[in-house]
Amino acid sequence: MSSFIRKEMLHILRDRRTLLVVLVIPLMLIMLFGFTVSTDVNNIKVMVCAPHRSYAVAEAVNRMTASRYFEYKGFVDAGDIDQSLRTGKAAAVVVFADDYDVSGKYQLLLDGADVNTARTSQAYLQSVLSTGNVAVKQSGIQTHMLFNPQMKSSFNFVPGIMGMIFLLICAMMTSISIVKEKETGTMEVLLVSPVKPIYIIVSKMIPYLLLSFIDLVIILVLAYFVLDVPLAGGVGNVVLVSVLYLVLALALGMMVSNVVESQVAALLISAMVMIMPVIFFSGLLFPTENIPWALRWISYVVPPRWYIDAMRKLMIEGVDLKGVLLEVGVLLAETVVLMTAAVKKFNDRLE
Amino acid sequence: MDNIIEIRGLTKKFGNFTAVDGISFSVERGEIFGFLGANGAGKTTAMRMLCGLSFPTAGSGKVAGYDVMTEGEQIKSHIGYMSQRFSLYEDLTVNENMELFGGIYGMKRGDIADRSCQLLHEISFSDHADDLVGSLPLGWRQKLAFMVATMHRPEIVFLDEPTGGVDPITRRQFWDLIRAAAARGTTIFVTTHYMDEAEYCSRISIMVDGRIKALDTPQALMLQMDAKNMNEVFVKLCR
Repeated sequence: MSSFIRKEMLHILRDRRTLLVVLVIPLMLIMLFGFTVSTDVNNIKVMVCAPHRSYAVAEAVNRMTASRYFEYKGFVDAGDIDQSLRTGKAAAVVVFADDYDVSGKYQLLLDGADVNTARTSQAYLQSVLSTGNVAVKQSGIQTHMLFNPQMKSSFNFVPGIMGMIFLLICAMMTSISIVKEKETGTMEVLLVSPVKPIYIIVSKMIPYLLLSFIDLVIILVLAYFVLDVPLAGGVGNVVLVSVLYLVLALALGMMVSNVVESQVAALLISAMVMIMPVIFFSGLLFPTENIPWALRWISYVVPPRWYIDAMRKLMIEGVDLKGVLLEVGVLLAETVVLMTAAVKKFNDRLE
Repeated sequence: MDNIIEIRGLTKKFGNFTAVDGISFSVERGEIFGFLGANGAGKTTAMRMLCGLSFPTAGSGKVAGYDVMTEGEQIKSHIGYMSQRFSLYEDLTVNENMELFGGIYGMKRGDIADRSCQLLHEISFSDHADDLVGSLPLGWRQKLAFMVATMHRPEIVFLDEPTGGVDPITRRQFWDLIRAAAARGTTIFVTTHYMDEAEYCSRISIMVDGRIKALDTPQALMLQMDAKNMNEVFVKLCR
C-alpha cells in the first residue's frame, strides 16, 4: 500500500507541467476573478437635477461627493438630462422632487445600456440617499446590506471558484490518472497482482487529496489576505466542509473513470458533466433562484451548488457548522451514494 | 505426476455467448506451454480465468495448487504476468518499477534490492537501473517487463503476446530469457501469433471457437497435420 502511494506521488511529481498547472490555476483564477472580473463599480459619474436647491438636497449631494464610489459632475437642467446620459457625461442622474425636503421623494435615471453597472449604481445611490435625515424620517425605510456592505464581488466569487477548482483537480485528475493506466495496460497487470482493487483506487486518491489540500490552503490564504474575504465562520469549519467536498469530487472522478476507456473521453466527460453544471447551476455566476423550475431540480443534485452555498454561509455570513447542516447533509449523502456506486461499479467491471 | 495447471471442462459464458467451451488440459512443471489461437478464439478469456481475474461459469481445476473456482486471490500472488501492452511505468525508473512490483507481491525491502540487482545483472542492464523506463527502447522495456514479472520468483509466468511489435533480434533474445527461466524450473505459459516462436515451445495447444482443437508437441502436430511448419498447422486448423 505504501509503495503504491509512493508510486502515485512519483507520477505526479514527475509530470512537472501538470503539477504546475494544478498549483497555478487556482492562484490565477482567484486573482482573475478577484480583481478583473469584478462587478464592483467605482467612480460612477453622477449629476443632480434639483428644482429647489434646499438644505436637504445639498446634504444629499455632500454625501455623494464624499463617497469614493461616485464622481459628482454637478447640476443639470431637466431638459439636458437625456443628452448628458447619451454623451456619457453622466452614468446616473438623481432628480430630486420639488418637495424633497418634506416627502423625501427622488427619481433615479440610469444608463441602462450597461445593465450591471446601472444596477450596482442604483443600489449604491439608494443606500447613500436613504441614510440622510430627510429620507429616514420621511420614507421610514432604512436599508443595510449585511455581511457584505460594500457588495464586493470577490465575496461571491471565491466560494464559487473553490467549488469549481476542487471538482476540476480531484474529479478530472483522478479520472484521467485511472483511465491512463487502463490505456497503457498497466491496470491489467495491477489487477492480476494480489493487490486488492480498492487499494489501487484509494492510493490513487490520496495524492490528489493532498494536492487539493495544498490548493485549498493557497486559496484560503489569498482570499483572506489579498481579497479581504472574511473567514467569519472559522477556518476549521471551512476546511472540514471542504475536505468532505474533496472526497465527494474524488468519488465522482472514480465514477467517471469506470465509465470511460480513454483519457480524452475522461477529460470531455469531466468537462461536460462537471464544469458546465457548475457554471450554470451552482450559483457561481447566476443566482439559483432564477433558474426555471425544471432545471432547478438539476441544480439540487449538483454537488458544488451545496458546497458553494455552505462556503458562502461559513465564510461570509459567519455561521457555525449548525448553520450549514442541510448543505453538509446533502454533500455527505451524495458522497456515500457516489462512493458506494463507484466501488461497486469498479468491482463489477472486473468480472 | 507434477502438473502446475490442471483444468477440467473450464467454461465461461457471457449471457448467451460461450467464450470458452469446456476446455481441459494440464501443464507440467517447468515446461514452456504455447497457448495459440486466432483472435477471438477465447484465449484471453481462458487466460483471465487461469490468472484468477475472472471466475469460470463451470468446470474445475487448479493453478499452482489453488482452486480456480474459489481461490483466485491466492493464485494471483503465486503467478507472474506480463502482456504485450504492459511496458512498466514509463515515468518511473527501472529500479522504482522493480521496487513497486516487489512491494506489491509482498517482498521485503532488502530482498527486492538483491533480486533487482541480480535480474539486471542477468540481462547486463545494471548501468541503466536509474534510467526512466520511458527513455528505453521497446525491446529493452519488454525484457525488463519479463524480469519484473519474475521478481517474486513465481512458479509459473503467464505471458500474453510478450513479443508483439518487437524486432526479430530482440525477439530471439527475449526467447533466450524465457528458456533460461524455464531451465531454472519456472513454468512458462505463453500466447503468441508468431509461429516460429511456437516451435520453441515444449507443447502447444491451439484454440478454435472456444475449444482446444489440438494439443501436442510442435513436432507431433506437424506430423499429424502433414505440415512443413507450424504456420501450416495453424492455418489448416483454424480455417
